[in-house]
Amino acid sequence: MTSKKNIGIVKPETFKSLIPLRLKSGKILKEYNLIYETYGTLNKKKDNAVLVCHALTGNHHLAGRHSSKDKYPGWWDNLIGPNKPLDTNKFFVIGINNLGGSDGSSGPKSINKQTKKPWGADFPIATVEDWVNSHEALITSLNISKLAAVIGGSLGGMQVIQWAIRFPEKIKHAVVIAAAPNLTAQNIAFNEVARQAIITDPDFNKGNYHEKNTQPKKGLRIARMLGHITYLSDSVMESKFGRKLKNKNYQYNFNTEFEIESYLNYQADKFAKEFDANTYIRMTKALDYYDPANGSKLNLSKVFKKIKSKFLVISFTSDWRFSPDRSKEIVKALLDNNVDVKYAEITATSGHDAFLMEEPRYHTILKSYFNKML
Amino acid sequence: MNLNKNNYRYDFPIMANWINSNAKVLDLGCGDGELLNYLKKERNITGYGIEKDPDKWLKSLKTGINVLQVDIEAGLPEFEDNSFDVVILSKTIQSMHNTQKILDEMLRVGKQVIVTFPNFGYWRDRIQSIQGVMPKSEELPYSWFNTPNVHLCTIKDFDDLCKSNKYKIVDRLVLTDTKSVRFFPNLLGALALYNLVKR
Repeated sequence: MTSKKNIGIVKPETFKSLIPLRLKSGKILKEYNLIYETYGTLNKKKDNAVLVCHALTGNHHLAGRHSSKDKYPGWWDNLIGPNKPLDTNKFFVIGINNLGGSDGSSGPKSINKQTKKPWGADFPIATVEDWVNSHEALITSLNISKLAAVIGGSLGGMQVIQWAIRFPEKIKHAVVIAAAPNLTAQNIAFNEVARQAIITDPDFNKGNYHEKNTQPKKGLRIARMLGHITYLSDSVMESKFGRKLKNKNYQYNFNTEFEIESYLNYQADKFAKEFDANTYIRMTKALDYYDPANGSKLNLSKVFKKIKSKFLVISFTSDWRFSPDRSKEIVKALLDNNVDVKYAEITATSGHDAFLMEEPRYHTILKSYFNKML
Repeated sequence: MNLNKNNYRYDFPIMANWINSNAKVLDLGCGDGELLNYLKKERNITGYGIEKDPDKWLKSLKTGINVLQVDIEAGLPEFEDNSFDVVILSKTIQSMHNTQKILDEMLRVGKQVIVTFPNFGYWRDRIQSIQGVMPKSEELPYSWFNTPNVHLCTIKDFDDLCKSNKYKIVDRLVLTDTKSVRFFPNLLGALALYNLVKR
């Protein structure tokens, strides 16, 4: 039988690096930890490893559950597992929590060995380039000299691009989903609103909220609400919520009237409870800073010159934060360098979030692509 | 030349004959990728296919060719001037809205251009027109109400278009049922194949 199965219970591991990492900002992390999870088995030739890069609010926990009591599985459980599109019967899949994260890798919540206190505001801003350099150290520690593929959506897709540029010899396939070669002004603007919401929250305490035992929840809530709106499309919001009311009639007060308000507030509460504010503002910074071509479309072709991996690029029609046109910029620069590339533009209503959904055509494409890989 | 090669469309070998070994080829409307894979085998070509239909796109992907889902009605902005040895538009021109634009774009991107289309001047089509119905045939299997074809043309029409533009015809071959048609091609030919360059 080839029916889809779930991963089951998984346990994260920690990679401890004592080799200093020079960050793009010039700062140096003397040592750092990366928490990661693996699924499937690394084969004898060690050529079946796939690295999955996470987006803004993701982490190393891609699939399966940490305990049978977990309500939800990892964030890409619909993609990864036995007989799923990224089939763990064939592939050895790796998920890493990026530096600056809050789920176990070195970040604002972890302890600064020098001060023996949480890093808080002092944790340096890590960029996409820094993440990829740290990923490579971890991959090397697993004795993997070449990844079968690196895959990621959104900010994860940027890391895939960076992998292909920075380590052309160490990656066979690059799967770039709902991504862009850099952020547009509009995208940076959204990120700045989110950051301002957090930074100006009185409970933020310049990033050292742990000292006062507070959490800038108000700011995080607003940041999440804003983000959530932009990750969806107008049409999917209309079809899901429209103007549906919570009560029968208008209440003529400032409590939630419409179902969309209630949904956003629910999402905001959930997020503010789970996510670390310092991590959030750092992840948005990594998005803003990434620009391998320094703002020039012509440069992107030059930057791609040394690429050796094959590419699959996927975009979604209703994604207005990382629109299909931005994916086509990536494709164009690859074509300029005669890189093997496949490009699909998937008709989907759910906006940027489509890359996390189990849209049939999307998953069929990924399954077919991975099937041909080994 | 054996035009009736098993498993392949009979027009494939003719196109392969016009294409140099190791050429870089762009196939517009590549369908399931059959032509590109044939050319890979016969001419060791490299290249890309463009296909906007999701199902055909997937079939192309499964055969391993580099297939891009873009709409060629908008031109070929992803491709630089003279970046391909050959650009092919096989049995697709009749369904394009911007016919002249795509031909210009093909000649911008490719050093050589191959265009094939069902000849609307074919006598069987003409007879059906005289009988007062829209022509249907093996090459034109659609009914008037569901056809994707919006710009059907005859061999004479296409010759005229080439003449009035900067398209130089290097080769022209007309076929009916796998056989080459030399006499009265616009009347007796079902499928036309053109090999063009910039004038």
